[in-house]
Amino acid sequence: MANMNSAAERPATERPAAERSSPVERQGAQPREFDLSRDALRQLNLFLHKDAVRDGVGQVRVHNPDGAHSIACGLNAELDVQIHGHVGYYVAGMNQHASVTVHGNAGPGAAENMMSGRVHVKGFASTAAGASAHGGLLIIDGDASLRCGISLKGADIVVGGSVGSFSAFMAQAGRMVVCGDAEDALGDSLYEAVIYVRGKVRSLGADARYEPMTDADRAALKGLLTAAGRVEDPADFKRVASAKSLYHWHADADQEY
Amino acid sequence: MAERELEESAGFDRHTIDYIQRAAASGLYEIRGLGAKRRVPNFDDLLFLAASMSRYPLEGYRERCSTKTLLGTRFASKPIELAIPITVAGMSFGALSARVKEALGRAATEVGTSTTTGDGGMTSEERAASKTLVYQCLPSRYGFNPDDLRRADAIEIVIGQGAKPGGGGMLLGQKVNPRVARMRTLPEGVDQRSASRHPDWTGPDDLVIKIKELREITDWEKPIYVKVGATRTFNDVKLAVHAGADVVVVDGMQGGTAATQTVFIEHVGIPTLAALRQAVDALDDLNMRGTVQLVISGGIRSGADVAKALAMGADAVAIGQGVLVALGCNSESYVMDGQHVSARADYTALGTAPGFCHHCHTGKCPVGVTTQDAELERRLEPAVGAKRLKNYLKTLNMELTTVARACGKQDVHHLEKEDLVALTVEAAAMAGVPLAGTSWIPGKAP
Repeated sequence: MANMNSAAERPATERPAAERSSPVERQGAQPREFDLSRDALRQLNLFLHKDAVRDGVGQVRVHNPDGAHSIACGLNAELDVQIHGHVGYYVAGMNQHASVTVHGNAGPGAAENMMSGRVHVKGFASTAAGASAHGGLLIIDGDASLRCGISLKGADIVVGGSVGSFSAFMAQAGRMVVCGDAEDALGDSLYEAVIYVRGKVRSLGADARYEPMTDADRAALKGLLTAAGRVEDPADFKRVASAKSLYHWHADADQEY
Repeated sequence: MAERELEESAGFDRHTIDYIQRAAASGLYEIRGLGAKRRVPNFDDLLFLAASMSRYPLEGYRERCSTKTLLGTRFASKPIELAIPITVAGMSFGALSARVKEALGRAATEVGTSTTTGDGGMTSEERAASKTLVYQCLPSRYGFNPDDLRRADAIEIVIGQGAKPGGGGMLLGQKVNPRVARMRTLPEGVDQRSASRHPDWTGPDDLVIKIKELREITDWEKPIYVKVGATRTFNDVKLAVHAGADVVVVDGMQGGTAATQTVFIEHVGIPTLAALRQAVDALDDLNMRGTVQLVISGGIRSGADVAKALAMGADAVAIGQGVLVALGCNSESYVMDGQHVSARADYTALGTAPGFCHHCHTGKCPVGVTTQDAELERRLEPAVGAKRLKNYLKTLNMELTTVARACGKQDVHHLEKEDLVALTVEAAAMAGVPLAGTSWIPGKAP
């Protein structure tokens, strides 16, 4: 019988990496190279899940991803994974602790359900980037498509470009920074997540509203921009948050259901 | 005037008038728990033929009749082996208390079957109590995380639920206590509305990729189930198989819920009987019977229901409402410190009575099953609940093997459609078995 505690009840940031080795221990290890034109995806992910941790390999470089799906998903150690090329769906899905960099564009669901760590897409990201992510930082230098940050649950997302419609839909917690514009229905049905947007917003979603930027907002935003390596001025951003009118059912709000 | 002289309208009967007047007064639809109350064709409309001159029965108390059940043999390196083909359906912590989830795990473990998480994540109590725990991946992704994914024994991707196919979950604010709120990353007391679509995939082609991602994350160890609410079942099952499911779970319209609009419960989806036949037809069409296992749920209550489901082609069943009733749902009393204590006054306060209650959504369950209230949840002691549920599951299994032996089967999975006839034309058409006393299956050429 399994006798293990559920992880759902601990904040992502407090969850230990059971198998993680310290960066100090791995200093001497040589980066490991994978070429997905030759090596199987299963071989790469199995290495990242088990062998890299066991052998103290700190950095893994992936070449010729050619749009493959699920690259570097399910990582649970302080690995540095550099992917040189475009990736398909779910790169770094459910990431814990690892730093994953995509030197190219990413398909749908990049860093979906990330718990911790850092995922950096140097190019553009397709739909649902950072979907339901609980923790960690997702950086997208280019634009992000529809539903970026959908169901966000505590992670931070910084988008250098613009985001598509229904971004931050039902976002529950966490922060999303949009340095460019936002398409329709930004922040529809938000809970406690906060959006900072610099450019034009085509429309806000149900129950989303603009709120004044406070000093705390500007400080938080400055920290996020710095962490993402960006130089925009926090003074140029607007804050979008929930009006909380959908938190409880009542007859007058039925059109919103 | 004597009541017998009054004529009630068929179209506007007292029930309909009450519905219209309630809607006019409130401006809101009714939300309630449990499943459909209307009668639809179901397993009661089927009968077994059992042994005869041409069929040889097994001795009921002497000859073995296997109930062993394997699920997830298609791709997973660690399939699920169950002692009985009766599993506990997914129900959330939030809808149910942590004590109830623990009771479910304990009972399932004692009889050698699986239990399932729900919309709200995995609690430590249920993981510790459950030998075999299926971890649901739902549209909401509340509490969904890779640590629990790795701790699970199987993964169930929930596309829909029989009580509300096409609808997301609901948990009214009175049940969103601090622990539930923390696990779901929601403010306390909010009327929680879950998403109805998954956030990171949108169709069957995406699902192929999503399933592969979950397999990669778990190193291809765990069986992956795909659960659909019963609607376009023939096509849905085929698509789930194409997407790479190890197991398909089909939940018929009689399936329960903790809270959903009544209009959903009573008017959306198709009966379990019809859905099961369509699901089996789909697997047969793909020649995947035995490769992809089929679990049927939605109003399964008795060993006879289980036997009929297996005879129609299911590999296992999943039970939700029956399990809750076994724990004490709709009982007159609850057990505390070994004593039966009446709950009738609490039912009355809810405007209902034992045997009629569907007030799971209120969080004020008089017997402590569907509640997050600290006082009420004490009314269900995990050990007491686990014993009752174990007895229920054992009874179902004994009834199942009784029928199977009578049909001459050494293994309950050898029950077959040929063992069944239907009592009504509707059931014959839906189940695809002959009307009793005839060789007529409606819709099929003689």
